[in-house]
Amino acid sequence: MQEPLLRIRNLAKQYRRGEQDIPVLTDITLDIMPGDFLALMGPSGSGKSTLLNCIAGIDQADAGEILFRGEDLTQLTESELAAWRSQHVGFIFQFYNLIPVLTAQENVELPLLLTDLSARERRDHAVAALAAVGLADRLDHYPGQLSGGQQQRVAIARAVVADPDLLVADEPTGDLDRASAEEVLTLMERLNAELGKTIVMVTHDPKAAERARKLIHLDKGELWADTAAARAGAREAEPHAAPQTPGP
Amino acid sequence: MLLLKLLVRNAFRHRLRAALTVAGVAVAILAFGLLRTVIDTWHAGVEAAAANRLVTRNAISLVFPLPLSQRDKIRNVENVSAVSYGNWFGGIYVDEKNFFANFCVEPASYLAIYPEFLVPEEQRLAFLKDRKGALAGRKLMERFGWKLGDTITLRGTIYPGDWPLTIRAVYEGAHNTVDETQLLFHWAYLDETMQRQQSSRAGEVGFYMIQIRDETRAAETARAIDALFKNSRAETLTETEKAFTQGFLAMSEAILVAIRIVSYVVIVIILAVAANTMAMSARERTAEYAAMKTVGFGGGTIGLLIVGESLVLALAGTGLGLAGIPPGARAFGHFLSDYFPFVEVKVLTFQLGAVLGLGVGLLAGLFPAISAARLRIAEGLRRLG
Repeated sequence: MQEPLLRIRNLAKQYRRGEQDIPVLTDITLDIMPGDFLALMGPSGSGKSTLLNCIAGIDQADAGEILFRGEDLTQLTESELAAWRSQHVGFIFQFYNLIPVLTAQENVELPLLLTDLSARERRDHAVAALAAVGLADRLDHYPGQLSGGQQQRVAIARAVVADPDLLVADEPTGDLDRASAEEVLTLMERLNAELGKTIVMVTHDPKAAERARKLIHLDKGELWADTAAARAGAREAEPHAAPQTPGP
Repeated sequence: MLLLKLLVRNAFRHRLRAALTVAGVAVAILAFGLLRTVIDTWHAGVEAAAANRLVTRNAISLVFPLPLSQRDKIRNVENVSAVSYGNWFGGIYVDEKNFFANFCVEPASYLAIYPEFLVPEEQRLAFLKDRKGALAGRKLMERFGWKLGDTITLRGTIYPGDWPLTIRAVYEGAHNTVDETQLLFHWAYLDETMQRQQSSRAGEVGFYMIQIRDETRAAETARAIDALFKNSRAETLTETEKAFTQGFLAMSEAILVAIRIVSYVVIVIILAVAANTMAMSARERTAEYAAMKTVGFGGGTIGLLIVGESLVLALAGTGLGLAGIPPGARAFGHFLSDYFPFVEVKVLTFQLGAVLGLGVGLLAGLFPAISAARLRIAEGLRRLG
C-alpha cells in the first residue's frame, strides 16, 4: 500500500484575540497521498488557509503532528522549516506575490538561489519553467507588464521550478477573470496529471474545486470528507471523522 | 548577483522617494562637512602659530599694558634670540563693519620674527623709514582697493582720534595659512602721540613677541621670563604663540561648541528621515518579504536586503554630499575671505562624513530589517481562510 505524502494527525490551532482564544482548527486528521489534487473549501474564517499554511510549513500548529514522509514538521525549527520548504514545497498565491522589480525570468529564478545550481543552470531552469507555462516570449517582462493570468502563470512557474513534491495554492484563481482562471486550472491539472505533482488548493470557487480530484470541506475548524456526492452538495462524513483520502 | 540586483532595484523603486532621501542625506553630509570646515578654519590660526615664538602679556589680563622697560630684561633671558613688541590698536576704517586686525608694532624686529610675512625689500625699507607708514596684507589691499602710497585714516577706539597712515608696503603669506588681512604700523607713531596727548599711556606695550632658539625649551624659557617680573608692578604671563591664540579662541568656544553640536544634529535628523523612509518601504513590501520567506529565504537574507537598500541610498547621498564639500568650502572661503585667511577641507572631515553616512545607512535600515527578519510568514501574507 502506498504511503501518504503527508499524514496529518489531530491538528489543532487557535488564535488569541484580546482575552479570548478562538479555535481555528480542531482535531484535524487527514492523509494526502502522492499525486493527489485536493481542493479545500469552506466559508471565510473556516480555517482552510490556516490548514494550508500548516501543511506548507509556514505556520505552526498548537497541537497534533504533520508527517511529511515520516518527518514531523511540527518538530522542525524555523530555519529547518525554511530549508524543507525550499526543497519540497512550491507556492501559488491569490495575488501572485511576484517581485515587481524583477522580470518574469528573474522571479522564477529566485527560489533556485537556494540550490547549488550555477547561474547558467538557474537561468536555463527558469526559461524552461516559463516555457512550460506558455510564457517563453515573456521572459524579460516585469509583472506590471503582464496580465493577471500571465502573472499567475509566472507564479506557477516559480512554484514548480525547483521541482517540489508538493504544490500549495491559496485561492489561485481568486483574482482572475473566468478565462484566465480556466487557463490556470488547466495548467494545474496538467502539472498534477503529467508531472505527478501533489497539489493542495484552497478555493472558494466551486468551479475551481471541480477540477480537483478530491474535495475537502472545512467549517468552523472541522473537516468534512469529500466524495462525488459531496460535490453534489451532500455531506456524507460526520464531523471529526478522519477522511482517509484514497490515492489517485 | 540576482539578490544584489533586487537590492539596488528596490532602493530606487520609488524614484521620487529615493531621490528625496538621497538629496536629504547629501545636504546633511554637505552641511556637516561645511560646519566642520568652519570650525577647522577658526582653528587655522592656532595651527599656523610657530613653535619658536612666545607671547608675553600682562598676567592680569591682555587689556593691561606692560612697560617697555621689560624688553631688555627679556632679551637677556637664556634661549631668547629676538624680542619685538606691539599693541592691539583696534582702529576703525570708515565704518565699524569694515573690521580688520590692526596692530602697532616695532616694525624691524617684528618682521624679523615673522619671516612668513613676505615683503619686497624696497617696500620694507620704505615702511621702516616712514613713521606714519603702514604695512597691509594682500587681501586687505584687495578688499578696500588700496594702492601703495594711499593714505588711509583709522579712527582710534582704544587710542582716541584720527590716525592717518600711508600704505608703504604690502605683504603676502609664505604659505596659505598666513593671515593676509592684517595692518601693521609703527609703535613709535602711537607712543609719540601718546607722549603728547596722554603721557601716562606712553612707553606701554600690549605684548612682547619673543623668538627662541630651542623650541623644546619653550616652557622653561616662559617660566624664566615670568620669574623676572614676579612681584613687580606688571607681572607677566608668557606662553607659546599657539597657546596664546588658543586663549583667544576660548573666548568664542561656546559658538564653536554650538556649531559642532548643530553639525551632528543635522546627521541625527537625516537619520530619522532615512529610517522613516526605510520603515515605509519595508512595510509596503511585507507581502513580498513573506513570499520570499515562503520559498525558503531566511530572515537574515531579508534583513540584509533591507539594510543593503538603506546603505545604497545613504551612500549615494553621502557620495554626493562629500563631492559637494570642496566647492562649497571654496564658495564659503570666497565670501568670507575678509575674515578667514584660508579655508581648507581636512581629510578627516571627508573620513568623518563617510563614516557618518555609513552609520546613517546601517542604522536607518536596522530596525525595519529586524522587524522583517522576525516577520511571521502567515502574518505577512495576511491570509486567513
